[in-house]
Amino acid sequence: MGTPEVAIELYVLLSAILFVLGAMGVLLRRNAILIFMSIELMLNAANLALAAFARQWGNGDGQLVVFFVMTVAAAEVAVGLALIVTIFRTRQSIDIDTLHMFKD
Amino acid sequence: MENFFDLVPLIVLIPLIGMLVNLFAGRQIGERGVAIVAVGASSLAFLIAVILWIAQVQTGYEPGVVDMPLLADWISVPSAGLRIPWEFRVDTLSVTMMLVVTGVGSLIHLYAVGYMHGDARFPRFFVYLNLFLVFMLILVTGNNFLMMFVGWEGVGLCSFLLIGFWFDKPGGEGWKNSDAARKAFIVNRVGDFGLILGMLMTFWTFGTLDYYKPGEAPLAAHHEAEAEAPVFAPQFPQEEHAEPEGPLGVFNQAQLWLDEGGHEVDFGLVTLSFETTLTIITLLFLLGATGKSAQIPLFVWLPDAMAGPTPVSALIHAATMVTAGVYMMVRSNVFYEASTTASFVVTLIGASTAIVAGFIAVGQWDIKRVLAYSTVSQLGFMVAAVGVGAYAAAMFHLVTHAFFKALLFLGSGSVIHGMEHGHHHLTDHDVEDHKHVPPHEHAPQVETERFDPQDMRNMGGLRHKMPGTYWTYIFGTLALAGIIPFAGFWSKDEILVDALRLGLDENRLDGYIAFALLLTAAAFTAFYMWRQVSMVFYGQPRTPAAEHAEESGPVMLVPLIVLAGLSLIGGFMNIPSGFPLLGRIFGEHQFTSWLEHSVVNAHAAGFLWLLATVAVLLAAGAIIAARVIYNDRALRQLTDDPLEANERTAGAFALANAKLYWDEFYFSTIVYPYQRAARWLADRLDWAFWHDFVHDRVIGSSFQWATEMLSNPIDRGIIDRAFDGLARLVHNLAARVRTIQTGYVRTYALGVAFGALLILVIALLPVLRDLLGL
Amino acid sequence: MEDISLVTVVLMLPLVGFFPLVFVRSLTDQTIRWLTLTVSIITFGASLLLLRNFDSNQAGLQMVTDWEWISAGSFTIRYFVGVDGISIWLVLLSTFIMPLAILFSFTSIKERPRLYYALLLLMEWAMIGVFIAQDLFLFYVFWEVTLVPMYFLIGIWGSEDRIYAAIKFFLYTMAGSLLMLVAILWLGNEAGTFAVPDIIAQIQSGELSFDVSTERLLFLGFAIAFAIKVPMWPLHSWLPDAHVQAPTAGSVILAGVLLKMGTYGFVRFNLPMFPEASRDFAPYIAVLAVIGIIYGAWVSYGQKDVKKLVAYSSISHLGFVMLGIFALNSAGIQGGILQMVNHGISTGGLFLLVGMLYERRHTKLMSAFGGIWAAMPLFSGISLVIVLSSMGLPGLNGFVGEFTILVGSAGSDVLSIWFTVFASLGIILAAVYMLYMFNTVYMGALDKEENRRLPDLHWQELWALIPILIMVFAIGLQAGYFFDFMDNSVSQLVEQVSGSVVATAGR
Repeated sequence: MGTPEVAIELYVLLSAILFVLGAMGVLLRRNAILIFMSIELMLNAANLALAAFARQWGNGDGQLVVFFVMTVAAAEVAVGLALIVTIFRTRQSIDIDTLHMFKD
Repeated sequence: MENFFDLVPLIVLIPLIGMLVNLFAGRQIGERGVAIVAVGASSLAFLIAVILWIAQVQTGYEPGVVDMPLLADWISVPSAGLRIPWEFRVDTLSVTMMLVVTGVGSLIHLYAVGYMHGDARFPRFFVYLNLFLVFMLILVTGNNFLMMFVGWEGVGLCSFLLIGFWFDKPGGEGWKNSDAARKAFIVNRVGDFGLILGMLMTFWTFGTLDYYKPGEAPLAAHHEAEAEAPVFAPQFPQEEHAEPEGPLGVFNQAQLWLDEGGHEVDFGLVTLSFETTLTIITLLFLLGATGKSAQIPLFVWLPDAMAGPTPVSALIHAATMVTAGVYMMVRSNVFYEASTTASFVVTLIGASTAIVAGFIAVGQWDIKRVLAYSTVSQLGFMVAAVGVGAYAAAMFHLVTHAFFKALLFLGSGSVIHGMEHGHHHLTDHDVEDHKHVPPHEHAPQVETERFDPQDMRNMGGLRHKMPGTYWTYIFGTLALAGIIPFAGFWSKDEILVDALRLGLDENRLDGYIAFALLLTAAAFTAFYMWRQVSMVFYGQPRTPAAEHAEESGPVMLVPLIVLAGLSLIGGFMNIPSGFPLLGRIFGEHQFTSWLEHSVVNAHAAGFLWLLATVAVLLAAGAIIAARVIYNDRALRQLTDDPLEANERTAGAFALANAKLYWDEFYFSTIVYPYQRAARWLADRLDWAFWHDFVHDRVIGSSFQWATEMLSNPIDRGIIDRAFDGLARLVHNLAARVRTIQTGYVRTYALGVAFGALLILVIALLPVLRDLLGL
Repeated sequence: MEDISLVTVVLMLPLVGFFPLVFVRSLTDQTIRWLTLTVSIITFGASLLLLRNFDSNQAGLQMVTDWEWISAGSFTIRYFVGVDGISIWLVLLSTFIMPLAILFSFTSIKERPRLYYALLLLMEWAMIGVFIAQDLFLFYVFWEVTLVPMYFLIGIWGSEDRIYAAIKFFLYTMAGSLLMLVAILWLGNEAGTFAVPDIIAQIQSGELSFDVSTERLLFLGFAIAFAIKVPMWPLHSWLPDAHVQAPTAGSVILAGVLLKMGTYGFVRFNLPMFPEASRDFAPYIAVLAVIGIIYGAWVSYGQKDVKKLVAYSSISHLGFVMLGIFALNSAGIQGGILQMVNHGISTGGLFLLVGMLYERRHTKLMSAFGGIWAAMPLFSGISLVIVLSSMGLPGLNGFVGEFTILVGSAGSDVLSIWFTVFASLGIILAAVYMLYMFNTVYMGALDKEENRRLPDLHWQELWALIPILIMVFAIGLQAGYFFDFMDNSVSQLVEQVSGSVVATAGR
């Protein structure tokens, strides 16, 4: 292990910043694509934290979960993008504020 | 000769076969065939009775017990010790009864062939008559009380059927006949109630209902056993008397216990002394006898029973069936002898019945009703004889009475037949007359008023129209009145002597009472009989029907003549000791010594010249008195009885005419209250109250009320509404919560974020607490 | 145990006819009638074989079939059937009455014959079952099953008030049955078995015993159910309704067999299983029985409707049976059992007669008749015999039963002699109401025009009555033969009732 040790706190901090950024994006943006990308950001923030902890504890489980998350994220993108495309075709917009037909 | 005893089942079976033939083929074989079958059956039965009589004499009066062929035991409950076999008993008593029943029965069968000629139900009449013979013979030949009871109720049934034989006569008469039949049966059932209870007690006292077991000879009372050892029964040596082996019949067992004394009987929960038990049993039997033998208080059915055809009255209601009670008590003489209390009651009932019925007979207009009350009265003589211990005299009177009373009834039937004939002749004649000439002056009377051929007021002067009937009737009347040397004199005299002896020798009150009452009753007998003879046969015809009355045919006259002969000589079979000449010719006390072989306590009475003279003079005096009162002048009009016209006797006559209001008394105290109570029970208590009120109203309605309560206020009001409320609550709440659902993704995302934050805070709560130092 | 006993065969025979009736739709009415009649006659024939194979020297059950039916935990409910001297005559009574009821129905039932005859056969199956079941649970099942066909028989083919009568009948008997069910479950729980002979053996050996109040409660649980069925005074109110409204065959079966299920229950279950309580209750039950005898007879006399008169007379007759049973001695119980049979025959016959009258005149009011003896001699002659048998004329069947009962009650150790005295009054009263009926209907002048041309019996009616006449005379003249079959069983029963009392007399 010749590489210099990076403190675990830094990873966690980075992960937290990315997660908050993602969360803010989800909450504040109206464009569905951007919200989607924010969600990806949150997932990857979580992945970062998982990888960091896995390294910290010397346990491979975390890394394993990262792969799962990545797989799920990929599937999510596939389905999500398909949905968005379909919504855009029918509504000519991907502004989520116009999408509230589930109300009531 | 003993083998001849095996014939005894035939005496029952032959009339049974006759009955079945007439029942199933009566219509086919015609009136003549029916008559041949029925009369043949009864005559064959008589023949068998005669054979049995001879066999009895030949075997030395040895009693025999014969099983019924084909049938096994009637009732047998081994674990309860109850065994009632079908067994016939041949002994002198039962043979006597068989002879009377089949002998008189055959004559009456023959007579009935003439009397019932042309009746629409001719075959059925003879079916009933033969059936009656079957039951009557079972009654007298059975070897146990229960078999006797079969006959007992069976003859009651035949009596019911025959009284109601003309149940469909128009004009209310059919209903009257039916009701008379029913009355007879029900009143008899009251007596049977006593008989059944008596039998139950007998069973639990002795463990059997058999009179005697097969091969068992009657034991005489201990004190007499030595003195009167049965001469004729060498087959049963003396040891039999001292130490009888095996189970005993009721009478020998009773005799043994009486001789021992101090025996006690257990009845479930109570224990009675043997003597008390016997008293109760005999009193219960007496109740049975008062029913069947028409004694006070149950005699009321017999006069009404005259609704039946006259041969029936002669056979059933005079000669045979009504004497069953006397037979039963004579059969149970061991019991009656043992109980002075019961004997006293028996005497009182018999003697008072004799006089009460004799009194009522004086006031009757119906020819058959007079004879009916006379029968009641004579049965009272027999019962009183049992009461005073004169069992042989009772049986003697039973036999002679069967002769002359059957004769009188048949004679009255002949009179009625003649009257009806005259009436028909008249009306037929009348109808023809209508066509040509104006009606006779008497015709309206005949047509408007229903003609009663039995009313003595419609008769008169029949002596010349029906001489055969008249002369035989006189024989019967003299016998009944007790004029020497007719049969009735001997038997009545023997009863009177026995009653007086009981009073004189043993100083018993019931002896004197019986003597006084019976002697008076005998005077009444002579009086009402001569009153009847005067009204019917003397004077001039009072109606056209009587004028045209005709003598009956030979079929009816032959039995009358035979019976008249028997009424004359029947008494000679038991000439008392000490009577000159006749005793020498016919032997003394023949009948009594014959009976002694089966009736343990039978004993002969002597002859008292004074008593016999007084009795005959009394009877003759009564006859003369009757003729004086009912003289030819009085008989000319006869709308009122001379006794009625006379102020001094008018009250008594009215009382006798109204039968002492006995029926009315029963109706107002028993029948109507029972009917009213039955209606009340049926309509009010059971239906209106118990069925409608309690069940429908109280239980049914309250159940409905409860269901109503449960379904409406409780189920729909409380439970249903509670669930409705809950549903509405949920609905309202949901309406409010729904507003959060904006449909904007951002709102949801914010929610998620806050949620996550909240969870984070909660998860970190301990850390935060530490941080803040709480 | 492996073999199918004759008893089971007799039980199952009615079902052989029942299933075709239910499932084959193409049968004509005529086929249905004759099929049912044939099946019922074959059943009767088979039950006669039962009589032949019966060994009367044996006290216990014979021709037993014992299979496991339901097994749950510690409980087994068994298909356990057999006959002994107590039940054999009642089985025969059921199979005897049934063909007569069916034969009579030929002309009188025109509506829905398929259902009707199927119900009759179901009824027969259940009745036989009641009398042969030796397992309490099995008994209960059969007992309840009898209600169903009778409910429909009354409710569908009855007269005007049939629905009311059917419901009343069903509810009344059901109410009692439920008490019995509770008692059965309780008893089975205590004994660990439902098999009656096992329970009796346990009780007799002292292995199973109850304290006084428990035994009495159990006794009453059974007794009330049976008393309603009998019916004992004052639980009789369902009877006139059911009898009067039921079709003739229904009345015949009801009076002929169903009522006996109650009295049979007392003999089979109450006496041997609760001997102590039986003795304690005997005087009280006997009081009700004697009241029933007199009350029934009295109320009969007050009736205007002939069918009602006959119905009430049943109360009186069954009172005699109950008195005999609770005399608790051999004569009383045997007389009681024979009287059950007698009553089935005589009163069954009376209901047939009433049915025949009704068929002709469509009224049951006695005042509508009068003098019909002149119009219908054959019918009236046969009626006379049956009326006399019901009245207890010696030489006919009714008398031997009544007399033996009275012998029993007079010698009973538990009943005072007064019971016998008052019960004997019933013999007088029986003559009063029966002759009242006979006089008003059959005798008197034929003064009503419509009665004048009444047709006499036709062959079906005649053949329905002839077997009854034969039995009336057979039992009346040879009662010993009938007692022979029950003697051993009953004396064992009497030992069971009195034996345990001696053992526990000191408690």
